[in-house]
Amino acid sequence: MAGTKARERPLSPHLQIYRWPLPMMMSIAHRLTGIGLYFGTILVVWWLIAVGSGPGGYSRLTAFANSWFGRAVLFAYTWSLIHHMLGGIRHLIWDTGRGFEPNEREWLALATIVGSVSLTMVLWIVGYFIIGGAR
Amino acid sequence: MVQLTLPKNSKPTEGRTWAYPTGARDVREYKVYRWNPDDGKNPRIDTYYVDSGDCGPMVLDALIWIKNNIDPTLTFRRSCREGVCGSCAMNIDGSNTLACTKHAGEIGGAVKIYPLPHQPVVKDLVPDLTNFYAQYASIEPWLHTKSPTPEKEWKQSHDDRVKLDGLYECILCACCSTSCPSYWWNSERFLGPAALLQASRWIDDSRDEAKGERLDNLEDPFRLYRCHTIMNCAKACPKGLNPAKAIAGIKKKMVDRQV
Repeated sequence: MAGTKARERPLSPHLQIYRWPLPMMMSIAHRLTGIGLYFGTILVVWWLIAVGSGPGGYSRLTAFANSWFGRAVLFAYTWSLIHHMLGGIRHLIWDTGRGFEPNEREWLALATIVGSVSLTMVLWIVGYFIIGGAR
Repeated sequence: MVQLTLPKNSKPTEGRTWAYPTGARDVREYKVYRWNPDDGKNPRIDTYYVDSGDCGPMVLDALIWIKNNIDPTLTFRRSCREGVCGSCAMNIDGSNTLACTKHAGEIGGAVKIYPLPHQPVVKDLVPDLTNFYAQYASIEPWLHTKSPTPEKEWKQSHDDRVKLDGLYECILCACCSTSCPSYWWNSERFLGPAALLQASRWIDDSRDEAKGERLDNLEDPFRLYRCHTIMNCAKACPKGLNPAKAIAGIKKKMVDRQV
């Protein structure tokens, strides 16, 4: 009897109503950037193949990398990479049993997002404007 | 598994707006999840207006006021009204907490109240916690010993007793487990923060002699390792405990015993 009753019962709301704390947002961002890296790896493969295939293939890559869309994709990829890396370092800190106190976990979450955005900016300023774009 | 939306029978609909109290000066709006197992309808969100001048300061006081003055059918669990029993755990203003220790004045705007998230609902704000209690039982929350029973008590030094601080205070209200997205998606197989904090309470007990077996029981990709350190549990705990830290402690012991 209990079994049949339980199936009819509604499931209480969860994601729809929960107020997302910052560490939870960082956890979701870690997942999403992880998925992003799968696709980013395709870019790396393309780059390796382009390098190996000679001037024709490589010029197609640089044309993509210099288009606004290509730049946006590359920017998103570098941010994903850095954000996911910092998230990984955060997990390493937790694995040592540290960083769990209320102020520490909020600080770590904030440090991850501020760190990933600013490191991405620095990387692009150095790589794009100082060294120069894709050639 | 991960299902981001609610099943069709669980989607809340617009509910009834109940009468505004007459002659009240300080009125507070409450939006409360209702589900009646007997009418065959979807859950609904009812709106109540509470005369704050006539009722105590906590959210539980307001719920009792509604039940006494407006709608006697409103159903919720409560007992001690001082944060010791864990009965009135629910989702208030988007976070899991105890209605009896949550001050209504801390909340801006209408006070939104739902049952603990991602649980089967028995009625209104009462979730079915059968699975939650079964998981607690599965960690065998009692002293396991092999040595002959001493004539008097199992002794523990003061320092060893202190190791249980932050663990023994858990009142099993389920605020933490039902705040955890990993638990939402895998509550059948992941033990959840509350049961794992309790597991760590026995693993860390100097008198317990089954530490190895307890760790063996948790050495599982789901039971323990579905914890991804999201830390909603520690944020939600109305007793200020830290299940995330306790779980990290268990994970660390798993590694320590291998090296």
